[in-house]
Amino acid sequence: MSVGDSARRVGGRERVSGRQQFVGDIRLDGALHVRLVTLDCARARILSVDTSAAAAVPGVHAVITAADLPDPMPRFGPVYADRPVLAVGETKFHGEPVAAVAAETEEAAEEAAELVKVRFDELPAVLTVEQALASDAPLVQEHREGPLATTNTLREWHFGWGDVEGARAECVVEQTYTFPMVTHFAIEPHVFMAAADQGGVTVWSAIQHPYALQAQIASLLGLPIARVRVIAPDPGGAFGGKQHAKFEPLVAFLALRTGRPCRLALTLAQTFQAIRRAAYTVHMRTGFTAEGILVFQDVQTFGLLGAYADIGVRVVSKSTYLMCGPYKVPDARVHVRALLSHTPPATAFRGFGTPQVSWAVESQMDEAARRLGIDRLEIRLRNLAGRGEEVVRGDKPADGDWSEGLRKAAEAIGWGTPLAQNRGRGIGCAIKSSATTGSSYAIVRLHMDGSATVMAGTSDMGQGARTVLAQIAAHELGITPDAVQVVMGDTGMAPFDLQTSASRSTVFMGTAVAQACRDVKRQLGDLAAKAFGADAAVEVGNGTARVDGRELSFVDVLVAGFAGVRGEVIGVGSRRGEADPQHPLGGAPSFYEFNATAVEVEVDRETGELLIVKHVSVADVGKAINPAHVEMQDEGAAIMGLGHTLMEHLIFDEHGRIRNLGALDYRIPTTKDVPLELHSLLVENEDGPGPYGAKGAGEGGLFAVSPAVASAVTEATGAVLHDLPLTAERIWRALQELPATTEGETT
Amino acid sequence: MSDRVPIEVTVNGAPRSVEVAVTETLLDALRWDLDLTGSKECCAEGECGACTVLVGDRSVNSCLVLAVEADGMEITTIEGLAGDGGRLSRLQEAFLDAGAVQCGFCIPGMVVSAQALLAENPHPSPAEVREGLAGNLCRCGGYQRIVDAVLHAAEPQPLADAGNGSFTHVFGARTQVKLPLPEGTATPSEASA
Repeated sequence: MSVGDSARRVGGRERVSGRQQFVGDIRLDGALHVRLVTLDCARARILSVDTSAAAAVPGVHAVITAADLPDPMPRFGPVYADRPVLAVGETKFHGEPVAAVAAETEEAAEEAAELVKVRFDELPAVLTVEQALASDAPLVQEHREGPLATTNTLREWHFGWGDVEGARAECVVEQTYTFPMVTHFAIEPHVFMAAADQGGVTVWSAIQHPYALQAQIASLLGLPIARVRVIAPDPGGAFGGKQHAKFEPLVAFLALRTGRPCRLALTLAQTFQAIRRAAYTVHMRTGFTAEGILVFQDVQTFGLLGAYADIGVRVVSKSTYLMCGPYKVPDARVHVRALLSHTPPATAFRGFGTPQVSWAVESQMDEAARRLGIDRLEIRLRNLAGRGEEVVRGDKPADGDWSEGLRKAAEAIGWGTPLAQNRGRGIGCAIKSSATTGSSYAIVRLHMDGSATVMAGTSDMGQGARTVLAQIAAHELGITPDAVQVVMGDTGMAPFDLQTSASRSTVFMGTAVAQACRDVKRQLGDLAAKAFGADAAVEVGNGTARVDGRELSFVDVLVAGFAGVRGEVIGVGSRRGEADPQHPLGGAPSFYEFNATAVEVEVDRETGELLIVKHVSVADVGKAINPAHVEMQDEGAAIMGLGHTLMEHLIFDEHGRIRNLGALDYRIPTTKDVPLELHSLLVENEDGPGPYGAKGAGEGGLFAVSPAVASAVTEATGAVLHDLPLTAERIWRALQELPATTEGETT
Repeated sequence: MSDRVPIEVTVNGAPRSVEVAVTETLLDALRWDLDLTGSKECCAEGECGACTVLVGDRSVNSCLVLAVEADGMEITTIEGLAGDGGRLSRLQEAFLDAGAVQCGFCIPGMVVSAQALLAENPHPSPAEVREGLAGNLCRCGGYQRIVDAVLHAAEPQPLADAGNGSFTHVFGARTQVKLPLPEGTATPSEASA
C-alpha cells in the first residue's frame, strides 16, 4: 500500500513550523565559541605565531596552534590522511587555519582571533591545471612517495580497451572542455560541536557519513570507536559537501583541552573555503563512422583537486571510469590525472564528477551530429548501450532501457517540432556509477501495539530517507507509515551504515530495512508457534499471520506470544556491496543512475542572456518508492545543474583568494532564474537492485544540463561553447565572433 | 564585551523584554536570547532570506536589522504562523502538500516571505510570486513547487486546475498532488492574528 505512494515528508510539519532542530539550533550549556585564525593568501610559510595578546583577552580559554597539538601533527582524510588538524609550517589554501581560539563569547573569540599575530611569507601558489603541470611548479604536498612524488599529480589512471591507434574513423572530433570549480552552497552552513563525555567524546555535525566521522575521530584521539558518539541532526542540505570530516577533529581537540563543550559555526564564506567541486579539463578526440557510429574515444582528463585529497581523488577516478558515457565504444583510451593545487579541497558534489565528464562526452556527440548532418537525438540512439550491452569492456552491462528514457525526454520537449526565432533545443544523457562496496545495517523493533521503530544510520539531508524507509517498513509490516518511527542521526543509537552518498540509501539501507522486517516476521512465526503450539501451521504475511487457518493481526500474535512477559520483536537486516580488489573501482557498480535531459532555450542576441523556456529531466529509477520525493529531488538537481551551467564558478585572484566569496557575488539560481516550465519524468521498469526493483535517484538531473543547454544555444545561434559557465558575457562574445553570414541562418 | 541595553518587543503576539548587545542583530536576539531558532542564518548579508521575519507587516532580513532597532515593534517569526495547538496555517499545509519542502532549512524564511506577499497581494499571479520570493534562496528544489504552494494557499483550488500561469504543468503525471485542506485549517491571516 505505502510503497509507490507520494506520502508527505516525514518531518515536514516540523520544517514548515520552525521546529525542526538543525545542528546550529542545538545549544550546549557552557559551550565555548571557536574562531579560526587564517591568513590573507593561499600559500604561506609560517614564520611565527604569537598568541599572547589573544590569550589575554578576558573569556578566552584556549588559543591553539600546531605546537599545541600532538607531534607529529594528526592528519586525516577519507582516502589519504593528508589534512592536518591545523596548518604546520605552511598554509596550503586560503582559509586553512593556522590557529584556533575558544572563548566564552563570540565577541571574545573574534577579538582574540584578530590578536593572534602570525608572521608569514607568502609563497607562489598553484591555482590552475596549467600551473600544477608546469615543470617549475611548487609542490603542493611534499613527502609523498612513489614515482609521482616530485609532481603535483596525486594519482593517475589509464582506463580503456581495444586499439585506439589502429581504429579507423571517417569523422574525428577533437576539442578541449573546461568545467570550473563551483561550491555546494547548502543553505545550512557547517556547524561543528564537541564535548568530552564519559571517557570519550561526543561530536555534533550535520554530516552525511556519521560512522566514518566516528571512526576518524576515534583514530585521531586514540579512543575506542565505542567511546566516540556522533550526533548528526538532519543536514540542511549537503549535496556531497557534508560527507567527510572538516573541522570536527579541531573542535574535538579543543573540547578535550578546555574541558568545555566547543562550538564552531562557519560563515557561508568559510564554507566556500572549506569545500568545492573538482574542476575538470577534458581533452577529447572522438572517432565516428560516416553514419555517426562511435569508433573510438581518446581522452586526456585533468581533475583539479585542492591542497588535500579529501574524496576528490575518487571523484576523478570514478567519474572518468565512465568516460565513454552510456555508449558502446569499440576502442577507448582514457588517461586521467588528479592534480593537487593550493585551493580548497575538492570533495564529493552531487553527480560525483559525472556533470564534468558528460559536458565533454555529450558536446562531442553534438559536434559529430552537426558535422555529419545527423539529428542529435538520432546519433545518441544509434550509440546507446542497450540492456545487457557493455559500456566498459568486461564490466557491468547496461541495466536499464536507456533509449526509452532518452525518447521520453525528446518527446516531452517537442523534439523536431518547429522553433520560434532565436530559440533552440538540446538533449543529452549520461550515466553515473552508483555505490560499489560497503554495508548498511538496520534494526526494526516491532512493539507490543504493532507500531515499529526503524533504526537506520542514513542521513536525511532533504532527499527524504526517513519517509522512504518508513514506507518500506510500513509496507513490509502491513502498518501505516505513521506507525513507524525512523531513528537516525546518532551513532549511539542506530547501527553502522557506510555512508549517505552515491544515491545508495534506497538500495542499500532500503534493502536492510526490508530484510529486518522479514526477520521480524520470521520471529513472529516462531512466537506464534510457541504461543499456539509447536505443531500450529503458521504463515506470516504483511501485517497478519495465519495460525491454523485463523487470521490474526500482528498484535494478536505479540499479545499471545508475550503473555505475562511483555517484550518486542527485534529484527536485523543488512546489505553488502562486495569488494573486488581486481576492479578499478574496488568493486562493480551496483547500478547505473541514468538521466536524459532536454531543454528549449531562447537567446537574447543583444545581451547574450538565456531564457530557459522548457526543461525536461527523465530519471530511470527502477521503482519510485515515493514518486513525489523522486521528482522533487530530480527537479532540484535540474536547477542546480542550471546553476553550474549558467552562472556558478569560483573566481580566484593571484593570491589564491576566492574573489566571489559569499551570496552577494556568487549567484545560485533564484525563483527568477528557473525555467518557465520544468518537468520531471520517471522511467520505472522495476529493474534495479533495491527493494521492489528500485534504483537510486536524485543526482541524475544534473548530469546533462550543460551540454543540452549549450547545444540548444548552438541550434539557436550557431555559437559553439566549450567552457562553463555559459554566462551572458561568454555567449555574447561567442556571438560577436560568429561569421556574419551565420547569423539568422539557424533560426 | 559590548554594552547591553533592554528592549521591549512583541514576538508572535507575546510581549517580551530582553537585554541585547548594541551590536546584536535581530536574528541573533530571536535565536539566542528569545530561544526562537526557527529563523535561520545562512549568508548573514541579506541575500538568502533564511532569516526572514515580519516586523509589523513588512518582511525583513533579520540578519540586517539590529535588535535595538526593533525596540517597540511587533515581530512575527515562523513559530508564530501556526494557529492554536500548533495547527498549521493553510500556507504551511500547502507547502507540505505541494512537495515544496526538502531539507527545510530555507523553508521558515520562505514561508514568512510568502505570508507577507499574500498579506499584501492576496491573489498574486505566478510572476508576482516569483518576484516576491526572489530574495529567498533554496538549493534543494526547483522552486516551482514553492510557487505552486503559495498560489494554492491564495486560491484554494486543486493544483491541476490552477490554469493560467507558467508553473501549472510542473507536476509529473505521477504526482497530481491533491491539496485537501483539513477542516478548520487556519488561513494565513487567522494564523498571524
